[in-house]
Amino acid sequence: MSRLSQAFQNGKAFIGFVTGGDPSLEASAEFIVEMARAGADVVEIGLPFSDPIAEGPVIQQANLRALAAGTTPDKLFELVTDVRRRGVTVPLVFLSYVNPLFRYGYDAFLRRCRETGVDGLILPDLPFEEQDEVRGPAEAHGVDLITLIAPTSEDRVRRVAARAAGFVYIVSSMGVTGMRREIETDLAGLIGLVRSVTDTPAAVGFGIHTPAQATAIARLADGVIVGSAIVALIETHGPAAGPHIYEYVRTMKQAALNAG
Amino acid sequence: MTAGRFGEFGGRYIPEILMNEVIRLEEAYGRCRADEAFTGRLDRLLAEYAGRPSLLYYAEKMTRDLGGAKVYLKREDLNHTGSHKINNVLGQALLARWMGKTRIIAETGAGQHGVAAATAAALLGLDCEIFMGREDMDRQALNVYRMELLGAKVRAVTTGTMTLKDAVNEAMRAWASRVHDTHYVLGSVMGPHPFPTMVRDFQSVIGREARRQVLAAEGRLPAAVVACVGGGSNAIGIFHAFLPDASVRLIGCEAAGRGLETGAHAATVARGAVGVFHGMKSYFCQDEHGQIAPVYSISAGLDYPGIGPEHAHLHDVGRADYVPVDDERAVSAFEYLAKTEGIICAIESAHAVAHALTLAPSLSREQSVIVCLSGRGDKDVAAIARYRGVRVHE
Repeated sequence: MSRLSQAFQNGKAFIGFVTGGDPSLEASAEFIVEMARAGADVVEIGLPFSDPIAEGPVIQQANLRALAAGTTPDKLFELVTDVRRRGVTVPLVFLSYVNPLFRYGYDAFLRRCRETGVDGLILPDLPFEEQDEVRGPAEAHGVDLITLIAPTSEDRVRRVAARAAGFVYIVSSMGVTGMRREIETDLAGLIGLVRSVTDTPAAVGFGIHTPAQATAIARLADGVIVGSAIVALIETHGPAAGPHIYEYVRTMKQAALNAG
Repeated sequence: MTAGRFGEFGGRYIPEILMNEVIRLEEAYGRCRADEAFTGRLDRLLAEYAGRPSLLYYAEKMTRDLGGAKVYLKREDLNHTGSHKINNVLGQALLARWMGKTRIIAETGAGQHGVAAATAAALLGLDCEIFMGREDMDRQALNVYRMELLGAKVRAVTTGTMTLKDAVNEAMRAWASRVHDTHYVLGSVMGPHPFPTMVRDFQSVIGREARRQVLAAEGRLPAAVVACVGGGSNAIGIFHAFLPDASVRLIGCEAAGRGLETGAHAATVARGAVGVFHGMKSYFCQDEHGQIAPVYSISAGLDYPGIGPEHAHLHDVGRADYVPVDDERAVSAFEYLAKTEGIICAIESAHAVAHALTLAPSLSREQSVIVCLSGRGDKDVAAIARYRGVRVHE
């Protein structure tokens, strides 16, 4: 079992997201430290892309802020090295789009992931059918290539989930990332289907932002993923968002644990 | 290699949420193209509604003036809605109906594809929403109103550079939030499979006609076929019938904007690099870190940082050549064609005309060249006046 899958052993997992370099690398490092300290079991770090087509407005803006601050893949590897040095031991996952990795070179990128301590990779624009070009180098360097399952996956779920590594990222809703009042997908059915083909933990993301949602989702899934709500704190508080993120993550982790 | 590849290019790099939808689209399209009821209906619409076949016009005065190969103009500008875009939207809107969709969405840059999509939606009784960059809406205000007249809703895109690339991003996001009743009518030979193949098939009527027409007129194949390339749908459309004719040079003209050295251009083949974006592997204007570059052209229709994957392949194997044409040469060609032949073509098409102005004199009088006039230029008159510093009161 990979380090990433093991992170789901301590009760229901909370997975938090920040865009690396938003508003600066130093601030991102502090936010990641705060999330880990507040009980996050996994931290996702967004490698910014100019055109993030799976993201809603909140994370789109974070991508632009991070790029304006001069964030590059190599700077994010430095960020990872920095937070590891500062004692963050929870698994770290990069979320990006195919092009920055393609440009860097898949093998070189995944080698740097292993060297600096990145455990997994999420690429929303790399569906199952196109994964082979990345899966080879990911497996060679021991980085989990995380599979996404959507409400529209239907007949694809069995095939796609069977190759899952790290955790299965279940997209809760149609559309893009962003906070939602209600989640209408039949998550119990979707998660049941996933569990029928794999023992890999299943976490749900897209739209989750309240503690009540976290508890409800954690009753069904092994973990909850929260992005836009954390990024919105950064949008509001800028470099001073650290304490707000700590409080929020602590509350959300507790809410997930409340699901039992 | 995975589905929908042209050499290494193409593929299907899109979120999981859209995968089943594009697979269903691929299957539906496969059934429709083999269904005589569908193809018959499309052929009738192309003939009776769009006005096909379009003329292959011998530009005699231009030929005499240039003193070389005979110049023929494939008059896609004479189609209903004024450009080649209608060929594709009629096909896709019919397909959307056939799939049981009640709504189409589309991106647009200059507004040609948006107007065509709104037209097809009106004709076939589909709801229609067009995504257009705020920047382009300001540049093409008349086309915005035109789409609204046709019953479409125009959604202003205020993200990123607020131009065509961002309109595609936003249309994809909108599609991902509503696939059950909505078909995304992509406007060019780009995006995830099956779009590059399907749009090429719908546009290849241009080349089938042109090849037949030039053989009837000249009794021999042309020396070259020239077309402008943004995503590249009119170019693929006219190239495709000539692909097996090795003697016919295929030349795509991309927008060099203010000049390749200025960085303010959209010359994807000349200055781009291989990448993965908007659902496909192809050439893209991008920086060293893989961030998609802001691009520029006087022509909103060529103002796109990528190129269709089949073009990328034709470039790599050397079957087609891609040449940069800057704003100044395009505007001069726009003016030249107006004065010489009495034809005001789209500024996009003027990029192809500009290349023909240097190509034709280098060939013999026995040879011929076909230039694809992908659209008419009414929409560009105000922008050309501005470019020349002329004040026009509307």
